[in-house]
Amino acid sequence: MASQNLQSVPPELSPDEREREQAGQAYFDRIISEDSRIEPRDWMPEAYRKTLLRQISQHAHSEIIGMQPEANWITRAPSLKRKAILMAKVQDEAGHGLYLYSAAETLGQSRDKMMDDLIAGKARYSSIFNYPAISWADMGAIGWLVDGAAICNQVPLCRASYGPYGRAMVRICKEESFHQRQGFEILLELSNGTEAQKQMAQDAVNRWYAPALMMFGPPDDDSPNSKQSMAWNIKRFSNDELRSRFVGMMVEQVKVLGLTLPDDQVRFNEETKKWEHGPLDWNEFKDVLAGRGPCNAQRLERRREAHDDGAWVREAAAEYARKQAEKEYAA
Amino acid sequence: MNTNAWPLWEVFVRSSRGLSHVHAGSLHAPDAAMALRNARDLYTRRNEGVSIWVVPADAISSSDPDSKGSFFESPQGKDYRHATYYTKSEGVKHL
Amino acid sequence: MTAPENAAETDFAIEGHGDISVGVSGAGASGDGSASATRITPGNALRPEDIALEIRRGQVKPNEDIGEYALRLGDDALILAQRLGHWISRAPELEEDVALGNIALDQLGHARSFLTYAGAAWGKSEDDLAYFRREHEFRSAHLFEQPNGDFAVTIARQFIVSHYQFELYKRLSGSADETLAAIAAKALKEVDYHRDHSAQWVLRLAGGTEESRRRMVRAFKLVWPYVDELFEDDSLTERLAESNTGVLPSSLRAEFDQLTGEILAEAGLEQELNLAGIPQSLGGGRRGKHSEHLGYLLAEMQVLAREHPGASW
Repeated sequence: MASQNLQSVPPELSPDEREREQAGQAYFDRIISEDSRIEPRDWMPEAYRKTLLRQISQHAHSEIIGMQPEANWITRAPSLKRKAILMAKVQDEAGHGLYLYSAAETLGQSRDKMMDDLIAGKARYSSIFNYPAISWADMGAIGWLVDGAAICNQVPLCRASYGPYGRAMVRICKEESFHQRQGFEILLELSNGTEAQKQMAQDAVNRWYAPALMMFGPPDDDSPNSKQSMAWNIKRFSNDELRSRFVGMMVEQVKVLGLTLPDDQVRFNEETKKWEHGPLDWNEFKDVLAGRGPCNAQRLERRREAHDDGAWVREAAAEYARKQAEKEYAA
Repeated sequence: MNTNAWPLWEVFVRSSRGLSHVHAGSLHAPDAAMALRNARDLYTRRNEGVSIWVVPADAISSSDPDSKGSFFESPQGKDYRHATYYTKSEGVKHL
Repeated sequence: MTAPENAAETDFAIEGHGDISVGVSGAGASGDGSASATRITPGNALRPEDIALEIRRGQVKPNEDIGEYALRLGDDALILAQRLGHWISRAPELEEDVALGNIALDQLGHARSFLTYAGAAWGKSEDDLAYFRREHEFRSAHLFEQPNGDFAVTIARQFIVSHYQFELYKRLSGSADETLAAIAAKALKEVDYHRDHSAQWVLRLAGGTEESRRRMVRAFKLVWPYVDELFEDDSLTERLAESNTGVLPSSLRAEFDQLTGEILAEAGLEQELNLAGIPQSLGGGRRGKHSEHLGYLLAEMQVLAREHPGASW
């Protein structure tokens, strides 16, 4: 996909700067049209930098806030094996948040600032984590549906045009391969278990299905930034395209689970060769995004609390490092 | 700028003996000792490494991306530095 | 330059996710082709599942004494893992979420191995033991049951635990009981790291700010009363020590005191703490006499499993 002069050069520059900007833009355009990678110190259009910073930091925030609904069940996991798996998974999410914050930092924003924005409610994260995880089966549904949708989104991002983002995604995709499987197996075990367990599983799938489909973002005709992101090779497939692929995969997998999707309008459209699903409640999506979900306040408060409670520890370690450096200098 | 923010470190991991350390990513830590430990915890959770280097991110000097044309132009076209340039000797044993 | 080096490797089919072997091998590599910072392997250490398999095959079976002993060690590790697991998503910095998560996972692994082995003495599984025993049937020492408190309390508790466990597992890895020895040998390497992690933090909190020092001192005063219990002998440990299968707890004390003392001295805490002057709690965990905290911890840990007795997860 070629992209020429996506960003016009600002007019108030001196002739020298202007020339440099134009050279930078030309180089950037060539890299993008060759489907190569932009690296941190390359010239890049301001809008490209901003788009990436927004997307990567939101992605990082989602990993960090996304730890909470699952951490909610670590202490109550019903077997020690499940406890270990869940703990490792939630811990991985902290790691993924870290990889992504690092990638975002290469764009010139400190992690501190990103964290401050998150805590101040100024940053977004994946809306789905504002729903409560109320039963053990939710650990299965989150793994299977939420991580499943995330992986669909993330696999193409391994080829995002911004090098550090793509590299972080490669690492994340590799590690996440177990996340969806463990979720699937939790549901499978429940589905093959007692009647109460099976009901628990179906109930969780019913609650997480629609929010998972909405994780791909608004429909293409209502997604103003998508086109630009695709022209920049950040996004590789449209929201609807990915959503349709995801539905197609879930339709098959849910059969293995012996459960059903809460959507009687799922079908394969022979004409378009795409999977279709029933209508989604985009008003609810916007409500939750705007802070009116069941857990928005709770999630932010929990992050704020951890950050505030940890302030004295971070300060102590920084102070200790300063003192040690002074000692070394004096010696 | 918060002065208590922990600085950024770049992490290099040797995946097994005999191989080079490869850049794995970065992290924050108050000092080198903790940076190493954090790197171990973060970047080798799945047996990815047998050795780790950490380097303060601001200690790295890198080539100027604006001059990449001239900086890396010289070796272009000097194909006589590569064995494949020498075609007449092709097929001669042990050469 | 046309395509980026990694495009081919990372362009794996979207349907192909879910398997770490799919397509991503070599991605992220630079320099020499085989070097990769993301090459992952499961490793080949002793797992609780391996012990369960040996039990099922009838290759190992502990007698009741050894079962009871493994129960103690397993309960200590389990209760601590349950405590540490609570930190994940609440740590002072994201890097520390990951670090505490690793320690919790290590402890949980040790717990599962010890409990799996212990259960074989009575035909019970690790989960039977973890989820379906009542409070007085647990054998954990009080130290492990102490609440997380602030980060300093968690570090103080971990500092004591890991120094104790290190000495214990070092000796136990020479046990005449091969399974205990194998579990201990695996655990030893892991708690060695826990020891280092907590010592690093003791130094930083003690030598950081006034506030962190105050909190570190308070934390040690809070958890130190539960140290003596760890080193108490009883008839069980005496019998096991005699048959060279278990370790006499009192025999670990001198080294524990010396090594913890060195770090505390380096942190400049020795005088201020005056550990010798801190009254020691009576303990009783090994006999099923527990702190008030354990009941709440178990209520939370066991609630779901007990709602569905006999269910498989």
